Amino acid sequence: MALSKPMGKFLTETGELSRFAGRFFAQWYKPRYELGEFLRQCFIIGYRSLPLVGLTAFIMGLVLTMQLRPSMVEYGVESQLPAIVGIAIVREIGPVITALIFAGKIGSSIGAELGSMKVTEQIDAMEVSGTNPFKYLVVSRVLASVFMLPVLIMLSDAISLYGAWIGVNIHSTTSFALFWTQVFNILSFSDVLPAFVKSFFFGFAVGIIGCFKGYNSSKGTEGVGQSANSAVVVSSIMIFVIDLLAVQVTELLGLN
Amino acid sequence: MLKQQHIEQIEGSKPVNEQEPVLQVSHLYKAFGDNKVLNDFNLSVNRGERIVVLGKSGSGKSVLIKCIIGLLRPDSGGIRMLDKDIAGLSHQELDAIRAKVGFLFQSNALYDSMTVRENLEFPLRRHWIQLTHAAVRKMLEEALEDVGLAHTIDMMPAELSGGMRKRIALARTLILKPEIILYDEPTTGLDPITAREIIELMNNIHAKYNTTSLIISHDMNCVRLAASRIVVLINGTCYANGTWDTLTKTEDPMVKQFFE
Repeated sequence: MALSKPMGKFLTETGELSRFAGRFFAQWYKPRYELGEFLRQCFIIGYRSLPLVGLTAFIMGLVLTMQLRPSMVEYGVESQLPAIVGIAIVREIGPVITALIFAGKIGSSIGAELGSMKVTEQIDAMEVSGTNPFKYLVVSRVLASVFMLPVLIMLSDAISLYGAWIGVNIHSTTSFALFWTQVFNILSFSDVLPAFVKSFFFGFAVGIIGCFKGYNSSKGTEGVGQSANSAVVVSSIMIFVIDLLAVQVTELLGLN
Repeated sequence: MLKQQHIEQIEGSKPVNEQEPVLQVSHLYKAFGDNKVLNDFNLSVNRGERIVVLGKSGSGKSVLIKCIIGLLRPDSGGIRMLDKDIAGLSHQELDAIRAKVGFLFQSNALYDSMTVRENLEFPLRRHWIQLTHAAVRKMLEEALEDVGLAHTIDMMPAELSGGMRKRIALARTLILKPEIILYDEPTTGLDPITAREIIELMNNIHAKYNTTSLIISHDMNCVRLAASRIVVLINGTCYANGTWDTLTKTEDPMVKQFFE
């Protein structure tokens, strides 16, 4: 039975992405270690993303609190607002929104950078200069994404909760200490651990898809734009797919 | 050991034999799907020669040069460079050969995110990490002086003109003092005056370091000024082979079309 053309293309690309990821797993632990490039990428991917992630996290916490408040007041549980907001941010909204922002900023930048390097033969130039371009460019960026996104998510959660505290204080007065006590009283290990673990997978998805799209870029400058665009689209979809799988696994393990 | 041998080569301690073939391509085949790009291509290059491979756009010239440097794997046939069979080399051995072979890319392939200094240091750091800072600085200065752009050392590639970028790319190729330099369309996209300057620079480098040059081009000025021997690539094969004077007198219409 002949597959339709889009389905065939989708399956081919999925296969190629899997092979690309397999190549990453086969190479990441072998010398020569590109430590300098890894640290440079950690700086670019992690530190330079912090202002954007921090700003969106602050607004997210503030708006979420303001949107939830009327319903909580209606049900007479306004005092539980810090606890509900805390659970929502730490378990779901913080990791997913931060990962989506990360995909938009880092996925597109990796896709465009590697795509541009590919079409201007810079990747070939690395290879003839005694460098394994896959290790230098791909492994360093994917590892930096894997390690930096969880850090960004933790910081984003904290900034979101700060935004939420300000949101609570718009209509009532709650001390900073009381707000945090209420949040931490309701949070348990099973709330934090799955969110922390899935953030590594989010980071891997954004890094590997951005690198895959850029590394296989073609058709000149038009291809670079397409690589950047599809890196964001595909990694954003993958974030939701991983989130869906994570919630199923969490339920199976009894952590919900 | 390989690194030590190459350092000795740089210092000029190894005697050279002018008639020694440094590159031999035999019965090379390469196809992309049904498109046979190289079809039983043969070529032998002696030390110190300046060979231009002449062919129309899309005739497989760049595929040939990328097969030689190991960026593309031929379907069949042999490539022997500096007494090594390229196909049978491990990654480390191939890197050791590549340290002795410079490659000037058509698009220059300068790293956008690095300064000129970092671009030139890149192959040095990747091949010989044990070089001292003083040695690296000396090699950088020498390579930049060879191309007449010592003042650009801290500039970014985006700040340079097309001709300057080509010169810096050539300096990066030169920094390892290669025995063979492969030029992929060195004058494409340059104005006639800059193209002539680049050709003169290539000839000066050849005279100064006695490098062997394999130049891929369809620019007849480049062919005329840079070649000691011309190979005409038609239908994936080495169709004709000779000097500028002999090929310009040929009556073969397939060859004649290039020289009219």
